[in-house]
Amino acid sequence: MESAETLGEVLGRRGFGRRSLLKFAIAMTSSLALPPALAPVMAANLAKAKRRSVIWLSFQECTGCLETLLRSSSPSIEALIFDFVSLDYQESLMAAAGADAERTLREAVAANKGEYLLAIDGSIPVKDGGVYSMTGGRSNLGMLSEIAADAKAVLAIGTCAAYGGIPKAYPNPTGAAGVEDLISGKPIVNIPGCPPVPEVLSGVLVHFISFGHLPELDDRKRPLAYFGTTIHDQCYRRPFYDQGKFAKSFDDEGARQGWCLFELGCKGPVTHNACASLKWNGGTSFPIESGHGCIGCSEPDFWDAGSFYTSLAGGSSAGWRNTGIALGVGVAGGLAAALSGRRKST
Amino acid sequence: MTLLDFARGPGLQGAWLVMVGGTAWRIAGILLLRQRLHLAAPRIGFAGRVRGGLATVFTRFVPRRTFWPRIAVSVGLSSTFHLGLAVIVLGGAPHIQVIHQFFWLTWPSLPKGLVVIVSGLTLASMIALLFRRIYHPVLRLLSTTDDYLSWLLVFLPVLTGILLSGETIASYRTLLTLHILSVELMMVWLPFGKLLHVKLAFYSRAAMGMNFARKGAAT
Repeated sequence: MESAETLGEVLGRRGFGRRSLLKFAIAMTSSLALPPALAPVMAANLAKAKRRSVIWLSFQECTGCLETLLRSSSPSIEALIFDFVSLDYQESLMAAAGADAERTLREAVAANKGEYLLAIDGSIPVKDGGVYSMTGGRSNLGMLSEIAADAKAVLAIGTCAAYGGIPKAYPNPTGAAGVEDLISGKPIVNIPGCPPVPEVLSGVLVHFISFGHLPELDDRKRPLAYFGTTIHDQCYRRPFYDQGKFAKSFDDEGARQGWCLFELGCKGPVTHNACASLKWNGGTSFPIESGHGCIGCSEPDFWDAGSFYTSLAGGSSAGWRNTGIALGVGVAGGLAAALSGRRKST
Repeated sequence: MTLLDFARGPGLQGAWLVMVGGTAWRIAGILLLRQRLHLAAPRIGFAGRVRGGLATVFTRFVPRRTFWPRIAVSVGLSSTFHLGLAVIVLGGAPHIQVIHQFFWLTWPSLPKGLVVIVSGLTLASMIALLFRRIYHPVLRLLSTTDDYLSWLLVFLPVLTGILLSGETIASYRTLLTLHILSVELMMVWLPFGKLLHVKLAFYSRAAMGMNFARKGAAT
């Protein structure tokens, strides 16, 4: 809920001084690819910022996105930013349940009309009137339409909310769709990933709290600062790609030497995300550093884009049977053409 | 389905089937043509048709010394272009990966930088050959749409391949999609135009050599 206390006061109480906030603002402006001159402005705005209401709706999801965000980091300013945001409705975290939870949602929407941020994780099933995922007798589609109407902006957190994700994978039995397919006329930020990088969400929140508007987005509504480059562009194994040194299996000499995983199906070259630069678990590692290629989880329809272990250079084969049929049809055609030619020449 | 998914899936499958079927149609049609009977006796000292055919396959790689001054440049450019294509296709790591995926054959790749340099030389020689075709009066007269289309459909994969290796101008995804689609266009056209010489060049040389050897003509 709306609070009179500013972020500067909250941080002051927890032992973070102005210098700490300025250092954080410098790191954030760098992370968001903003001009360094904006760091003092960001610090000043953050210090003056009031608590912002966030309503979080979970639809067709696995709770992985929320789990990741909850375990994002140690008690840092980023964590306090999350604390500072007033998470007024989140079914997995809130104590209220049933009718009380419903009332909480209504009150939060009424109290912050036009000012709250709406965070969505999970895809929205639309087939058969959206009956495949309901909360309190209401379909996800109905809830989304109603609550998005009074939101300041919508954050689609995770690949499912952004593009439909795994629930949308073929044959998509529930008619799953992403937020941007269903909502128009509202600012939408997609923060894809399965799960998404937590620091990206904190970056978006900090930008919004500091400047009152969303950061610059790319053509897929992703924050450009975090999704402007591919995993491949920032991968520490990139020099091996350029040298033509590839691991051929997960246990060969190349794999032990840390060579490029392109031939083992790494989708890093076509995947936009910040994993290679921000990494996971407080900057410990990311999948490629752990020895597995990127599976492209932050790209639309990644589940249907062929095997995770087929190289981008390859593709799906037509199969020997179809090749045999093509060969047979070709030979028959050639035979017919030759016989026709012979008949004409006699 | 993104365009890249199409290119790596149905597009690749379709192009492969058209190339296989079309090539089978063309080669079967040629092999089943009526053979003319040789009514004259072979020349004395005729060493055999197979030997004559095989010899011609190789001797045609090097033009007669008499013609060298006139054709040295075009032979040099053509050789650079053809050898360059062989190095790109057989030496580039992603290309070996494709061959391995479909045919289980593999061999060590060349360094990416070397393949890029060869690609640049190939591209430059192709452009030079196109200018020669346009500005040489006889060659221009002999050239048909097939020649220009075949040139374009080989040029595009080399160009997009170089752009892809540098990852400039557009994103890797866009360039990879364009590269694969351009290769698929070439595969579809291959059986139906002059690009079929990829398959028929040695066959036609051998056939000519066998005939000439029987007649005692120098090949």
